[in-house]
Amino acid sequence: MRGGGGAPGVPLLEAEAVERTYRMGGDVEVRALRGVSFRVDRGDYVAIVGTSGSGKSTLLNLIGALDRPDGGHVRYDGRDVREMSDTELAELRNVRIGFVFQSFHLLSRMTARDNVAMPLVYRTSSPKERRRRATEALEAVGLGDRVDHRPTELSGGQQQRVAIARALVTEPALILADEPTGNLDTRTGEEIMGLLEGIQADRGTALVVITHEPEIAGRAGRRIELRDGLVVADAVQIPTRSTPAAVAP
Amino acid sequence: MSPREALRTAFQAILANRLRSFLTTLGVVIGVMSVVLLVSIGQGARSEITGAIEGLGSNLLFVLPGSGDFGGPPTRSRFTLDEVEAVARALPRGEERVSGQVLGTETVGAEGERVTTTVYGVSAGHTTVVDREIARGQGFAPSDVVGNRRVALLGADVATELFADLDPIGRSISIGGSRFRVVGVLEVVGSSAFGPSQDEDVYVPLTTGMRLLSVSNVDTIYVRSDTTEALDADRETVERVLGQRLAEDQFTVFTQDEIVGVVGTILQILTFVLGAIAGISLLVGGVGVSNIMLVSVSERTREIGLRKALGARTRDITAQFLLEAVALTGLGGVLGLGIGVGLAQVVTLVSPIPAEVTTWSVALALGVSTGVGLLFGVLPARRAGRLDPVEALRHD
Repeated sequence: MRGGGGAPGVPLLEAEAVERTYRMGGDVEVRALRGVSFRVDRGDYVAIVGTSGSGKSTLLNLIGALDRPDGGHVRYDGRDVREMSDTELAELRNVRIGFVFQSFHLLSRMTARDNVAMPLVYRTSSPKERRRRATEALEAVGLGDRVDHRPTELSGGQQQRVAIARALVTEPALILADEPTGNLDTRTGEEIMGLLEGIQADRGTALVVITHEPEIAGRAGRRIELRDGLVVADAVQIPTRSTPAAVAP
Repeated sequence: MSPREALRTAFQAILANRLRSFLTTLGVVIGVMSVVLLVSIGQGARSEITGAIEGLGSNLLFVLPGSGDFGGPPTRSRFTLDEVEAVARALPRGEERVSGQVLGTETVGAEGERVTTTVYGVSAGHTTVVDREIARGQGFAPSDVVGNRRVALLGADVATELFADLDPIGRSISIGGSRFRVVGVLEVVGSSAFGPSQDEDVYVPLTTGMRLLSVSNVDTIYVRSDTTEALDADRETVERVLGQRLAEDQFTVFTQDEIVGVVGTILQILTFVLGAIAGISLLVGGVGVSNIMLVSVSERTREIGLRKALGARTRDITAQFLLEAVALTGLGGVLGLGIGVGLAQVVTLVSPIPAEVTTWSVALALGVSTGVGLLFGVLPARRAGRLDPVEALRHD
């Protein structure tokens, strides 16, 4: 399934009156999301912003198909996540979503290539095929000469590039980046954003960036702001970027 | 995830933590090693002992005191010379085929040398009955027994120890303070793992032996049949004759096969018990593996969360950790097997027991060690598989 797959007219991702409540033990309940609605279409570039406690992380888990809502619906290609089994959700994450995390989440005992190939392990593909695709993905993020390095031998920016290659290798419809620049200096952060934006622009992959940094959020074509579990703003904006979009610096 | 990929992932994880993996699997290594080694020693002992009994020759009947219950207390023999003679008279050519035996430990001396060894009082036909060759000189004549003569047959080792290069035939020796004349030397039998070697035996005529040892009863009566087919008839004759003279629970007739069977069974059980005790250490090793796998799952919670986010299903994660546990114990099994087989060879070299590594102990040890991995890997693996990806990713 390529990034452009799915029936025409059906949004890639749709959140409809999504609610999520956590029971903290005893009678204490935290309503993290109180009816959130928005949609993401193919090729969209959306920034989701909000202060800590606004429900950003909860929303990330829901649109990442890592969790199911208590109320409302999250639909991928028109399919309701609440009606899917754990196994179906795992397959959805594998095929449609590429994750990029703030703390990279690379396995230090594996080489960059093995880290990148990891999502392919969970689908039917030959080792040779996995190797080839992982190498290609690493080349696409400018790390073609670092395939056999381990994460500890790489800089923070390079580690995040490996993580992006890992998100890219499955050719997902959506890349979901959670504070992707949070552990990086400003310059490296901008490079990483440029890389993600290049993928979005060149491949038509939808990009959803969750961030609390206004500069990062300002780069997106659309900005959704959360406050106290509700969407308080959802508007198209003119991107402000100090570096042009590029695949490799 | 393909089985090949799963195996690669498992070994990658095991190698990432070499020291811990090694220490964890050490319990399994020791367990498997113990099973293989102890069972091979038990098996070797069994072959050695049953082989020694079989070495007496087939077609042999053993008449032993008591009701034949090996589990009961030892029974005092009620056989006298009269019983031996009665049995011999009842069988055709009985003089050649029946031998009574008494035994005791005595000091034997000659030419300034002294050895303490087992002295047997036996009937004239004994060497033929129990299938022992006379290398030099001659055996006892019936008149030696009737006449209570002080003559002796020496085992090959005793002859060498007492006389070195001298020819012992016709020379005199002392047994328990009495003077005896050596009439013959027995053929070499070879080493034995258990008890003194048969080459240390000294034979004297039965009557002389009973006087020397101050006993009035014969310990064992041997009867040799001419053919295997004749065994049953001879046995009936012996049972009938003795039945007229003794109570039913005072004697039992065994064939050689029965003795081998009984002794073999006892040693087989002993071998199983040894194996089972060693198996317990294997289980303990398994508990260690389980424990470390639980630690590993908790340490790698973030990895599990990540893998789930990347599309791993519950069963992929469960399989990964289960396989890791099995690979760990399987490696331990192979390592333990290697060491066990090696030590068995050492035991064979340095001890008289020829340790025999058996297929079933190898299969059992490897099967159980992998089984232990499965059994003790299930709990940690299921725990890993069931982790919630959201919680797992947030874990630190």
